[in-house]
Amino acid sequence: MSEHDAHAAAGDRAAAMLQLQELSKSFGGLRALDCLTLSVRRGDIHSLIGPNGAGKTCVFNCTMGQYRPDSGTILFEGLRIEGLAPDRVALAGITRTYQNIRLFRNMTAQENVMVGYHTRLRSGLWDTLLATPRFRREEAEAQTKARQLLDLVGLSGRGHLPARALAYGEQRRLEIARALAAGPRLLLLDEPAAGMNPAESDRLMTLIGRIRDERELTIILIEHEMRLVMGISDRISVLDRGRLLAEGLPQEIRRDERVIAAYLGTGPAAQRLAAQDRREY
Amino acid sequence: MSFEIVTTSFRAKVRRRSLPGLALACGAITAISACYVCLMGLAVMFNDRWIVSGVLSLGQLLVGMLPLACGCYLAVRASGRSARQILFAAAVAGTLAGGGLVALLLLGETTALRTIFVNASPALRKFLSFGLGPGLASLVLCSGAALLALSGAALCLARKRLRSALVAGFGTCLSVGLLQDLLRIFLDGEGLPKALREHLFDWQGLTWFAAIEFFAAAFLLRWIWPQLSQRLDTVAARRGSGFRRALRWGLIVASIAFVLLLPVLGGAFLGQVMMLVALFILMGLGLNIEVGLAGLLDLGFVAFFAIGAYVVALTTANSEFAVAALPFWLALPLAAIVAAAAGLLFGLPVLRVRGDYLAVATLGLGEIVRLLVISDTLKPLIGGAQGILGVPKPTLAGMTLASPSHLVYLSLAACLLVAYCAWRLQGSRIGRAWIALREDEDAAQALGLNLVGIKLLAYGLGAAFAGIAGGIFATMVGSVFPHSFQLIISINVLALIILGGLGSIPGVIVGALALVGMPELLREFGEFRFLFYGLVLVIMMRFRAEGLWPSRASRRSSAILEEPG
Repeated sequence: MSEHDAHAAAGDRAAAMLQLQELSKSFGGLRALDCLTLSVRRGDIHSLIGPNGAGKTCVFNCTMGQYRPDSGTILFEGLRIEGLAPDRVALAGITRTYQNIRLFRNMTAQENVMVGYHTRLRSGLWDTLLATPRFRREEAEAQTKARQLLDLVGLSGRGHLPARALAYGEQRRLEIARALAAGPRLLLLDEPAAGMNPAESDRLMTLIGRIRDERELTIILIEHEMRLVMGISDRISVLDRGRLLAEGLPQEIRRDERVIAAYLGTGPAAQRLAAQDRREY
Repeated sequence: MSFEIVTTSFRAKVRRRSLPGLALACGAITAISACYVCLMGLAVMFNDRWIVSGVLSLGQLLVGMLPLACGCYLAVRASGRSARQILFAAAVAGTLAGGGLVALLLLGETTALRTIFVNASPALRKFLSFGLGPGLASLVLCSGAALLALSGAALCLARKRLRSALVAGFGTCLSVGLLQDLLRIFLDGEGLPKALREHLFDWQGLTWFAAIEFFAAAFLLRWIWPQLSQRLDTVAARRGSGFRRALRWGLIVASIAFVLLLPVLGGAFLGQVMMLVALFILMGLGLNIEVGLAGLLDLGFVAFFAIGAYVVALTTANSEFAVAALPFWLALPLAAIVAAAAGLLFGLPVLRVRGDYLAVATLGLGEIVRLLVISDTLKPLIGGAQGILGVPKPTLAGMTLASPSHLVYLSLAACLLVAYCAWRLQGSRIGRAWIALREDEDAAQALGLNLVGIKLLAYGLGAAFAGIAGGIFATMVGSVFPHSFQLIISINVLALIILGGLGSIPGVIVGALALVGMPELLREFGEFRFLFYGLVLVIMMRFRAEGLWPSRASRRSSAILEEPG
């Protein structure tokens, strides 16, 4: 384990987009994150997997500044961001989506995306009241950009609908568009395919790959469905009870005994299942 | 295959009562309500107030509405059953409701009800018995109530066109009857023939032939309206969009002209009412930014109104407390600025407080301001409970705006300005940030929105609008007293924006007219005003929680999207 960590730390620092170093976070007696060290390379799609309660979402909350870690540091492009307020973190270039969709439900899809675009506009109170040229220009710009992003995630022509009126899968994609509007360099996706049927989630993964390539993003992905994770990830980290259990390429993770044990238990039945699983792949 | 998650929406099932059960329940509830209205003294008190002179009094209307509504409700609840069944059920319910009143009448004859219910007076007996003997009166009450319930049910069962025409007819009669005092003011005006006035109203109320005329006119207009509007549409379509736009602008200009002429035609009383409505619109627009857009519940809003009033009083009044002798036109912007600054101060301590806790915190802050103003400590500065007297009226181009009908224009102009600002902000980056804050504070912050700035801007602007209202209030009344700034004003403003529709600018105007204007015009409701006020609020929240004129922000943004170019 320690050898593994040392290896990660010794990797090219400039290439590391996000580094968590000995991050800990407790809620009462529960250690959600326990000295977690993790490094995400620039340009990767890096998946976080692990059983329920392993601390995956907690990593996102700490990174985003929505939780303040008890100890440890978070480096984003070499700068410490732990303890910063979420809006500062977003300005630094990280945005996220949520496991339980958190759209602005009564705003239209387009307005949702335009809120994401908020920080890239400058017009203030007087610009707004007097409808200055700057205000008109920025407003038009925001609308165009929002429409482009809606097109990107496959919501063309749905921009005028209130977010709550969209279908479940559409809402998930709208959340991605909103997060992209803020212009992040690192995008945190929390179970974006949850509740989608296989065809939908396949399309979503294609979309995620395309976004990464076109926008030169780094993406951290929390996802439960192994088929998707294995297909799209450059690297995978496995979390269990707040600790890093294993990290590596998808094919390495698939064979890792510890991962299989964490997911399936260690009894004879589990062994049989695991063997069967390996054959299928 | 992975398991699919099926999202199912569960629709709460309304328990279906059997029709007889429903009829009995409705009848019983109506009987209880009718007795309540009688025992509260409403019926007798309003019996002197004629809607249609000698035919229908407000008291009778009030009691009669109950079985009528009961019939409507039955018809709606039992929809799907045969008309005969529904009508029969309505008749049963109505009879039961009438039976309740009969029971009240007979109870009044035999026992000394009055020792418990002060309002069970001989007048009530007369009201219920129509001056007839008990037996005959019982018959009249039961059959009358049954008939009303029947007509209520029949109304709901009728075809839509007939129904809306009937509702329009009766509605017009009732409105004219209720607002007769107001209409008389207009009819008393110059240039109108006396005969017209005498034709429409006698000294008690609307004359019966005028009532029939009003009914017929409204009924006919509503009856032919579908064809009429269709014809208008075809004409407009033939003339192109320019014609339609001209029509719309014509309507807007005409209604603005009407509003501008109202204080002149309606005299001082109407001017005063309009003034009050305008002040509440100003405050409503301010609070609408805080509550409606940004979702920051504020129960201490009256504090900003008070601050605006005191700033104008202190800087313009001819009084020992005055700190300056500014002209009103400088003092008013100053009031807005000071109130905005107070709003920022107000916002700072509660930045991290959310939801219910925020409501309580702002309630406390509002009370602090009121107590400070009334306190002895500040008495040497701002007059304590005695207030500040001698606030002068504003002068404009050598003319003093002394009368309410002059000041109305001042407040209308302020309303227009403030409404414009609110409208600009709503559809902008700032407005979107406020709404995002309301919808999900954490998600908004994680997109980079600076919550502190956005919240403080909402508090500051909302407070500035209330400050303007306060400044105008000070010059209108000519004095400023601490007890003018009670908690009830905050609650009223909150109620009117909720009634109108949170986040909607026209909603604020509609809400102010309904909650501030109507009660002023319907003065005779007197001590019962708040009873109706509460009733209206409860009914609104149950059946139309989105408000009278809900926000259309979302629709507008899509209209921008679809515009070519």
